[in-house]
Parts: sequence; C-alpha cells; structure tokens
Amino acid sequence: MADLRSNFIGIKSPNPFWLASAPPTDKEYNVRRAYEAGWGGVVWKTLGSEGPPVVNVNGPRYGVIHGADRRVLGINNIELITDRPLEVNLREIKSVKRDYPDRALIISLMVPCDEESWKAILHRIEDTGADGVELNFGCPHGMAERGMGSAVGQVPEYIEMVTRWVKKHSRMPCIVKLTPNITDVRKPAEAAKRGGADAVSLINTINSITSVDLDLFAPQPTIDGKGSHGGYCGPAVKPIALNMVAEIARSAETRGIPISGIGGVTTWRDAAEFMALGAGNVQVCTAAMTYGFKIVQEMISGLADYLDSHQMQLDDLIGRAVPNVTDWQHLNLNYITKAVIDQDLCISCGRCYAACEDTSHQAIAMNPGRVFEVIEEECVACNLCLDVCPVENCITMRELEIGEIDKRTGEPRREYANWTSHPNNPMAAQAAE
Amino acid sequence: MSQARLSPGVVPGRLTPDALAANFTDVAPPLDRHEAQVAADRCYFCHDAPCITACPTGIDIPLFIRQIGTGTPDAAAMTILGANIFGGMCARVCPTENLCEGACVREAAEGRPVEIGALQRYATDHLMAKGAHPFTRAAPTGHRVAVVGAGPAGLACAHRLAMKGIDVTVFEARPKPGGLNEYGIASYKAVDGFAQAEVEWLLKIGGIELRHGHRLGAEITLEELRADYDAVFLGMGLSGVNALGAPGEERMHVLDAVDFIRDLRQASDLTALPVGRDVVVIGGGMTAVDAAVQARLLGAENVTILYRRGQERMAASRHEQEHATASGVRIICNAVPVALHGNGTVAQIECAYTDDSSGALVVTDQRFRLPADQVFRAIGQRLDGTPDELRLTGGKIDVDAVGRSSIPGVWAGGDCALGGDDLTVTAVAEGRDAAEDIVEYLGART
Repeated sequence: MADLRSNFIGIKSPNPFWLASAPPTDKEYNVRRAYEAGWGGVVWKTLGSEGPPVVNVNGPRYGVIHGADRRVLGINNIELITDRPLEVNLREIKSVKRDYPDRALIISLMVPCDEESWKAILHRIEDTGADGVELNFGCPHGMAERGMGSAVGQVPEYIEMVTRWVKKHSRMPCIVKLTPNITDVRKPAEAAKRGGADAVSLINTINSITSVDLDLFAPQPTIDGKGSHGGYCGPAVKPIALNMVAEIARSAETRGIPISGIGGVTTWRDAAEFMALGAGNVQVCTAAMTYGFKIVQEMISGLADYLDSHQMQLDDLIGRAVPNVTDWQHLNLNYITKAVIDQDLCISCGRCYAACEDTSHQAIAMNPGRVFEVIEEECVACNLCLDVCPVENCITMRELEIGEIDKRTGEPRREYANWTSHPNNPMAAQAAE
Repeated sequence: MSQARLSPGVVPGRLTPDALAANFTDVAPPLDRHEAQVAADRCYFCHDAPCITACPTGIDIPLFIRQIGTGTPDAAAMTILGANIFGGMCARVCPTENLCEGACVREAAEGRPVEIGALQRYATDHLMAKGAHPFTRAAPTGHRVAVVGAGPAGLACAHRLAMKGIDVTVFEARPKPGGLNEYGIASYKAVDGFAQAEVEWLLKIGGIELRHGHRLGAEITLEELRADYDAVFLGMGLSGVNALGAPGEERMHVLDAVDFIRDLRQASDLTALPVGRDVVVIGGGMTAVDAAVQARLLGAENVTILYRRGQERMAASRHEQEHATASGVRIICNAVPVALHGNGTVAQIECAYTDDSSGALVVTDQRFRLPADQVFRAIGQRLDGTPDELRLTGGKIDVDAVGRSSIPGVWAGGDCALGGDDLTVTAVAEGRDAAEDIVEYLGART
C-alpha cells in the first residue's frame, strides 16, 4: 500500500487528510474522535482574543442544498468562531496534542487587525504544542462585520501586514487561509507570500443565501424571520475551489507556495484532484459533518489504491496536473472530436437529442424507432450530449486523426495551432507584422 | 388454525377476521412524500417520452413526475387528470408493466422502471384528498347527451361532455356507479371504497345526472334515447359470461369469476363470504388472476388456474402472474376442462392437456383430474342485449377511431366496443375521445 505520510511545510501527519477549522474541530471530544477515526490532522476551530467569547445565534446555523434523496450538496453556515473560552480551548489543545503527537494540530486564529492583538494571541498559544497556525482571513459572515475574517482577506495589504506580524511574533509555521469572495485569488495569495506565509489554504466559504422561505419571504437559514448571508461549502463549491487552487499553483508570482486545498472534498478522488492541481494536502469539513469522521477511511484506502494503481508516490501526484492548466488562448484549435453514440448502450431516452436540438447545434438526428445518431456535419463537439446522457460511456468523443476531414468544415484536421496565431485574431495579425 | 380452514366444500370463515383484514389491505401501499421525491428523481424527463406513447390516455408522464419532484403534486395531478379523469383508479389497476413502466427507458437500462403508477397515485391522492373538484364547466351549450353505463368509459365521456357545457344523463343498470372499477377489480387493488369516492369526486363537476336501474333493452331503449337526446354514448361493458361448454357445468359451485369478484367487493363482512377448499379458475386473464388470488386470500387451500395455451399467451401480465404464484396459486398451462364431476355439487374437474405448437389448439388424450369444490369461469365476457340495428364486429359494437358506431348520433367505447384491450385506461381514453367527437359533431350541427 502506498505511503500516505505527509509533510506539509514541515508539519508531519500520517496522511494528507486534515479536518478544516470548523464545528467538527471545536473541542477536545470531537478532535480525539477524529484522530481515533484516522484523520491525519486537525485545524482547531478558530480562536479569538482573550475575553468574553463570541456568541452564536440560537436558531439554525446551517442552510442546505439537497440533491436527490436529500443528498447534501452544499451547506451554508452563519456560525462564528469558537464561542468557548480561550483558556478552555488552549487547555484542550495541549491535552490532545500530548496524546496524539504523530497527528498534525494547527490552530486557527482570528483577532482584531492590530499588532498587539496578534502578538497577544500568539503568545497565548505558544506552549500548547500545536504544530502551526492558520490565519482565518476567510470567514465571510458575522466576524467580517467586525473587521475580521474575510474583511481582512479582501484587502491584500492587510493580509501582508498581519502575516508579517505573525511571522515576527511566532516561530510557528503560518498558513494563511484565503477567502474566495474576491475577484482574483492570486492577489491575496501574493500578499500572503510577501508577508512571509509558509503556505496558503483555500477556499474558505463563499458568501451565499442558500434558499428563500417562500411563505415567510425570508432567506434561509432564518432567524426569527430574518436571514443573513452565510458561508457556502460542500461538494457544490469544489469546482470554484479547484480553479482557485490551480490559479495560485500556476501563477508566476505564487508558484511554489505550499497550498492546503479546501472546498468540497468528499471522497479520495476529490482529494486527489486538489493535490494534482497543486495542493500539498487537503482539509475536509462538510463531508465529515454529513457522514461523520469515518469517511477518512475511504479517503485513505482510495488514495492509496489510486497511487498504487498508477505506481506513484504521494509527492508524484502533487501538482502533476498544473502544467496542463493553461489559458484559453493556448488551447489547440485544431483538436477536433465528434460525438459517437453507442447504440448498444443507448436506452433511447432522447435527452441528447433534446439538448442538442433545442439548445445547441442540431447535430443529433432522431430516427424512426427512437434511434439517435450524430450528424457529424453539424457536430461542434461541445460535449453537451455526453454530459446529459444518463448512461455512462454511451456517448463518447472520437478524436479525428491528423489529416482526417472534419465533415462540418470540409477541412482536414491540421497540426496544433491556437488563437494566438489564428487569422481571425487581430492581435495575432499585429504580431505577425 | 381454525377448524373452518380445512373444511371441505364451500364455506365461510376459513380465516380469522384479522387474517382476512391483513390479506385484503392495499396491495401496493402509497408512497409517502419522501419516497415520491426519490422515485420522481429517477425520471430522466425523456424527449418525446416512450411512456407517454405507451399510455392509452397519453398522460404527459415526465411532466407530472417533474411536478411531483418540484413539490407541486396538485399540479402533477392536473396534468394526469386533464388527460385521464380516472387517473386515480388507473394508478391502482393499470398493468403498468405492460404500458408506461414497460416502455420506461430505465426498464431498458436496468430492469427497474420509474414507479410511474405509484407516483401517479401519489399525485392524484394528494389532490383528491382536498375533496374539491378541480375542473370547471364551460358555458352551457344547451345540448343533452345520454350515456349508457356508469363505468370508466361512460363516466369519462360524461365528464368531458360536462366540461364542455353539455348536460349529460347517465343510465346505469346496477345500483352503484363505477362499472368494473366498483364491481370487477380485486379488492386489494382499490381499498377503502376508492371507486365510489372517485366517482363522487368526478360528479362534482356538475351537469351529470345519474339514473340507476336502467338497463339498455329493458328500462330504456336506444330508440328512445336517440329521440330524447342530441347524442348517445354506449359504454355498458359486457354483461354475458362465456360458458365452458363442458359437461357438468351446471353443477353447484361452478360460477362466474366476475360474480365472485363482485360479491367480494360488495361484501361488508369477508368472514361471511364462502370459498371452496379446492378452487379451480378457468382462464388466463386479469379476471382469472383476481379471482384465484382472492380465493387464496379468503383461505382456499388449493387454488389452480387452468389456462388452455402456453403461459406466454396469458392475457394477465407477467406481473399479475407472478402475483398469483407468489400468493400460492398454481398455474397449469396448456390444459382445458373437459368435464365437471360430482353429485349435484362439483367435486372434481377433469382436464385434458392441449398442444398449440402448430398454432391451432389441439386437445390431447392426456387427461388428469383435480379436486374442485368450487370452479370459476373466467374465459371472457360477451356483449348482451344490444339493439339489432347496431352493427357488431367480432361480437362487439363496431366503431371508428373516434367511437362512432354504425348509427349516426351514437358513439360507443369501453369493453362493449371494438378495439382497446378491455382495460380501464383504454375505456377512459375511448370515452374521452368520443366526448370530444360528440362536441365537434354537436357544434357542427347547430
């Protein structure tokens, strides 16, 4: 079985699966159970400054998006950072770390945006034995209204400033957790790097209203008839998170900074995808909140199985897909495929036809007997038929050979060429002059 | 075990009241809300869906399932009932495995179709539970139409005519409306008086007068109806039962399966309903299965269906056949009764094996006997008592695609008319379509 031991910015854990800073990591009881279940590491739920802890609402903290059979696709929350006294958290962290020295334990922090506050909290956590800190610059609800969380994460200068304070007042490895509620995730990542961060973790939750109660006319979750935007997470946000991780992994300015991937990791496969796009490890929350801590066992066996079957080490996987993430302008415009429908697998539902006929390129014919066939003369290879087909592998895309005639254009398939040199590109024309 | 259970002859009370109650509960319990959501989610919303084509009433099945899935079961019910006013009963009695569910692409894909029948029931039950009738009548046209028979065909026709502003009088021979929905369907398929509740709900549209105790050719004649009404729709079903043509058929306890089913449906106390210990049902259709299964459920020890051809030719669907065998009914194929023995009361049935491998049915010399203290005929029904001037084909009223008979101004549909599969759902379709044609006919005439 593949060796899943992970070394992330010097923090060792028996596997690359950490629990993200969130309700599952709010106290000793949960964290012990998580470690017993097999989690490689835990980012303890965000601690605030000394003094009276924050308070949470006493109504619903979560909203949910369900798929079929009430499968949880996304959760939105309006819970704040830990609402337990700082001393209690510190005592518990110390106790847990002492009993689980081989597991990673990171402390998430969020204090007001002044150097004294950061210096004070860093001092308080010094002797807990924790392996590092994660700066919560991502939380988009509640705390942001008080100038913390994503309010900091949305201003690269603040990220840089606070990260500098943290590096100045602590020797602990420092992970900066980024908010996705920005226009270009590379900017805060660059700021973190400038500030001396050892790593970034992303994404935190996305500003969201899960749903609207159509009788109360109030957003959900609803607190006494009102609702406030929350932070969205779970499988639904994974595509957004993957892109942001990839952007940081491939940007010239941020390339090489370690990334802890977060956002909808539910299975080993999700984790492997994050890692292929450059994440050194992953953090999980919603899947654990949906199914409990035991899911890590599937993640461990699945990732090991995958690595074994591909004869890879964990390090071989990290960043392996990054070189293949490129800009649109570099995509091969002479790469031509055509949809092919396997008539033996086809169950004649006609969804490909409806999708293509109504919304796309009229490239599927509905023949007598509900036989659906691709009209290659019209097929632009958009893939929509394949996407909506309920039968796996019933519709596939066939790549044309170099020189083979594309029946749509009547032209043969040519060698690689992209937009930068395309005759329709005015910029290309200038470049050629 | 009660003493009566093994009593020879046709006796009541073979099972305890509790056992009977359990045996005759809903054969397919309704889906709850979550089950309906999960079932609805399996629908692929096919383009030009095969299930719609397979439904004789052409219900837009993917649409109503999507409406259930999005939490609007009443809208789903309107989609169903707009095409089939008996959508509630059809959800219970349609051989869906041969119709919509048989055509479902998920049947082709994985042998497990979307549960269309159960979903249809979920939606229609939801709407009907509110009690109100959801359709309204158009402005009165002043026309009057007579409908003969208050079964699925007649009432579907009457409802559609009423919707179009026509006043309808329905003449029914039996004391209750509903036709085979009330009298001819196994009890466990439509429990809790659903057939009557559905008719009551249907009649709430208004403009439909129901007259019981009127049999065509007795209390009323076609001639009179034609004289008194602007159009006539005949939907009286089949009243005669085909005979076995075997010696001994006159012996006691040789009965028509339809009468047994009717008595069961109308019985207020199942413990008082007698049934044989060794029951033989002759026939291969739904009536045979309904009679056989219910004889078992009443406590008959041995129930045998005797069918003259191979099992693949049985009119009862595969699902029905499996329901029968799972209920402990033995199905003997390729066998016919040749004599019924007994001393006044039937005691044995003598059968002969048949051979239809050449296509023609050949009765062989190989014979066997079964103990039989009760025998049910279920080899089809025939049309009785139609006026001579009405042209018949194959023993049924000859009609065109929209139900017009050989007599101008007279339409027919349901089991008494040519075509269809003698199913509730085809009767509904024929009644509805005839109504539409009558509306057109009356409109053109005025």
